[in-house]
Amino acid sequence: MSNRTEETTNASRDGPARIRELLGVAIPPALVALAIILLWYGITFFVLEPDRRFLLPPPHDVIQEGILDGAVLAEIMGGLYRTAMVAGLGLVIGFALGFSMALVMSQAKWIERSLYPWAVVCQTVPILALVPLLGFWFGFGLMSRVTVCVIIALFPIIINSLTGLQGADPRLHDLLTLHNAGRWTRALKLQIPAARPLIFTGLRTSAGLSVIGAIVGDFFFGRGQPGLGILLDRYSRRLRSEELLAAVIAACLLGVVAFWIFGVIGRRAVGHWDPSWADERNKDT
Amino acid sequence: MDPVIAFTEVTKSFGSIDALDPIRLTIRKGEFVSLVGPSGCGKSTVLRLGSGLIEPTTGTVSRSSDNVGYIFQEPTLMPWRTVEQNVTFLGELDGLSRREARARADEVLSLVGLQEFRNHYPLALSGGMKMRTSIARSMLLDPDLFLFDEPFGALDQISRARLNAELCALFSERRFAALFVTHSVDEAVFLASRLLVMSKRPGRLVAEFEIPYEFPRQPEIRYEPEFAVLAGQVAAALAEAS
Repeated sequence: MSNRTEETTNASRDGPARIRELLGVAIPPALVALAIILLWYGITFFVLEPDRRFLLPPPHDVIQEGILDGAVLAEIMGGLYRTAMVAGLGLVIGFALGFSMALVMSQAKWIERSLYPWAVVCQTVPILALVPLLGFWFGFGLMSRVTVCVIIALFPIIINSLTGLQGADPRLHDLLTLHNAGRWTRALKLQIPAARPLIFTGLRTSAGLSVIGAIVGDFFFGRGQPGLGILLDRYSRRLRSEELLAAVIAACLLGVVAFWIFGVIGRRAVGHWDPSWADERNKDT
Repeated sequence: MDPVIAFTEVTKSFGSIDALDPIRLTIRKGEFVSLVGPSGCGKSTVLRLGSGLIEPTTGTVSRSSDNVGYIFQEPTLMPWRTVEQNVTFLGELDGLSRREARARADEVLSLVGLQEFRNHYPLALSGGMKMRTSIARSMLLDPDLFLFDEPFGALDQISRARLNAELCALFSERRFAALFVTHSVDEAVFLASRLLVMSKRPGRLVAEFEIPYEFPRQPEIRYEPEFAVLAGQVAAALAEAS
């Protein structure tokens, strides 16, 4: 494939072809959204009796009271911001910790065997059982909330990074051995670069989980400045279905955005060489 | 001339399995030695011993130089590096300056005809181009000894014949020492100055052929009757060894 053909295919993506392509990406999920909204209306007006309609208020009420109402919107936005901060901080720390653990584990089998079960414990521990304990230890502030996110985000990062670090071609390892490369060179020049696609896969999974962790922590600590978790709890206690649904939508959006951001970063970083991260449009070239 | 590499009564066992019967083999500078044998006979083991990646169980392997180029069965490139970055990689490991590594990469890429593709990622290359990149990488440090582990096995017939001719031309020009493992009798004869046949496991060198053609060789020698006779003799020896 020469540079020239690359340019021509890029050029053909401008103009109508580009628009058609974007529509192709946007229309199918938009149709699904439309179907969901119709189903929602259907349930509200044809399934629920009028006196039970508060259980699922129609979408326009959710928009009216949950989004167009300035005070509620400000409250949800504030909650969204605080939850996003906690989730982001948790993910950063979770990544630093998880990647370091994976790197250490990839250096020797005995270290891997010693740490692996504890990584699994991270995954299987019922986080709800830990939350009160974390509250006792670290208080009900930022520290405990971030800790919940770290615990929940850690496992996918460790496992994916470790698989990636161990997955480098053994013949490339041979090549480094023939040239007397040390452990450090091996990690920097071979293992870490080779692991990048899986590291981004781990980050993308953990980003969504970290958002869930932030909401769960907030929900159960239930004190301090409200994040989305506290708001969800508060609205549900007051049977404020419209606000509750608006907060749920905000929480979903945060998770989706987190997933999407790491999708974009991953494609940018390794999409030009890793088939699993390649841009759909480049897959056939 | 002193041998570049010498195997003296080398054996190798993996656990209770004897992979090699005592091997005696020397390769001098300017010698291209092809090694054919049935699958699983220990050909790759000979290469790994020769490179120093593994140690013999008994006997010794001595090399006059540590500058060895190893070409694997597959291109084994780093997909995150461009063609040029793949080729300069061993220079980075051996502490070559960036400028020097790039200058050498320029030279070896032109030898394998990939200058135009220096900024491409392996993902965008054909199998033959990847293999050329791999050969260019091994040539960067101008090794005294090349070890080839069935490098062209995965290529189609046409690419394979072309790469045979290119490799032969490179050897004719540079006259390094080479040990070339392959399944293909035709390829082995075309490239070699000396050809060895190995028996099935435990591997033993059972036949040796001098290939009389002068270097540089033209691809057309493959169609000559003497070539066919020689290839036939090698094939017969190989059949007997299997």
